[in-house]
Amino acid sequence: MSTSNLIAMKKVVQQLRFEASINRVKVSQAAADLQQFCVQNALHDPLLTGVSSSTNPFRPQKVCSFL
Amino acid sequence: ILFIFEQYFCHIVLSPLIPEMATQEVQLNETLAHLKSESESLKSKLEEERAKLHDVELHQVAEKVEGLGQFVMKTRRTLKGHGNKVLCMDWCKDKRRIVSSSQDGKVIVWDAFTTNKEHAVTMPCTWVMACAYAPSGCAVACGGLDNKCSVYPLSLDKNENLAAKKKSVAMHTNYLSACSFTNSDMQILTSSGDGTCALWDVESGQLLQSFHGHAADVLCLDLAPSETGNTFVSGGCDKKANVWDMRSGQCIQSFETHESDINSVRYYPSGDAFASGSDDATCRLYDLRADREVAIYSKESIIFGVSSVDFSLSGRLLFGGYNDYTINVWDVLKGTRVSILFGHENRVSTLRVSPDGTAFSTGSWDHTLRIWA
Repeated sequence: MSTSNLIAMKKVVQQLRFEASINRVKVSQAAADLQQFCVQNALHDPLLTGVSSSTNPFRPQKVCSFL
Repeated sequence: ILFIFEQYFCHIVLSPLIPEMATQEVQLNETLAHLKSESESLKSKLEEERAKLHDVELHQVAEKVEGLGQFVMKTRRTLKGHGNKVLCMDWCKDKRRIVSSSQDGKVIVWDAFTTNKEHAVTMPCTWVMACAYAPSGCAVACGGLDNKCSVYPLSLDKNENLAAKKKSVAMHTNYLSACSFTNSDMQILTSSGDGTCALWDVESGQLLQSFHGHAADVLCLDLAPSETGNTFVSGGCDKKANVWDMRSGQCIQSFETHESDINSVRYYPSGDAFASGSDDATCRLYDLRADREVAIYSKESIIFGVSSVDFSLSGRLLFGGYNDYTINVWDVLKGTRVSILFGHENRVSTLRVSPDGTAFSTGSWDHTLRIWA
């Protein structure tokens, strides 16, 4: 019973050592990059810019006819 | 104290009989105690390292960005046909077809433009919690309480019995919560109530890699955008979101800031971050390079859990489907809510933005799917 606890604990420590060792960037840098991506791609985002009825297949041009 | 007691007790019981065993027991317990303290100190070190880089908040950096105007998004199509709660849906790469699955075991393929049903299959189990469209558009995968993920090739012949060609691919020891094809029709990634995720070869049904690390049911997963490489993120009932290396099976990053089950995870379009939605009524954004949570999307008035999240194409908008029947639309950079959408008459259980970003679809416990644009 103690041996399996030991094995499990060793895995936990190994995993934590690995996670502690990764390279990180400052939030200011990461945030700036996220923002830049948004801004660069804003014009290509139909839900953001709201495409006109003629180009969005889900917003058909309204032509009503009574059958 | 527990270790010392155990050590003492073992010494009393075993030493008259087998002296070597008693010594070994003592050594094991000492090593265990040593490892425990190392894990505690590593955890604090991790927190320290993450805190050092927390020099600013995302919304502060975003102060200079232009605010978003009013959004007019409405239901443009309603897909009716399921006889019970819709649990999951996925878009086809052709941007018009959708596969959806429900509590009554039905899986339906729709043409979202015309609202026509193109295929329907009845699974042998109820609660089909997961479904996914193959990249080729030629097959769908689904599963749920049957603990499996099965692939159904879609026939051009509408009269053909889809169930006849069904292929069982994944086998878990508890319910299937989510599934996704990788960038081809040949491999499927699954997550399960058994606490694991797994990668399978579709043709042979062989298990290629398994991912262990969650301490409870895994509820969701999302693959990184293909440019970023072979990783995926999973979220579970242990409140953790884990990022995994698909080849090695190793967990490379782990985030635990939610206060309840994580129902949905979705990568930011650049692949550098991911969003999560939880029963704690918040959505959060985690940046992978900063290795921390960088935003929380919440309001005091929002008290119901988030079932499903997805980003608009540029990553500026985050759509969240909630258990209070609404959809909240968030400005990802500024952290504010820009819109709230009504329409469903029961919980929103699933939400996905279309591949070309022109619309998003929601599925609900009210038995319908809605397309919004």
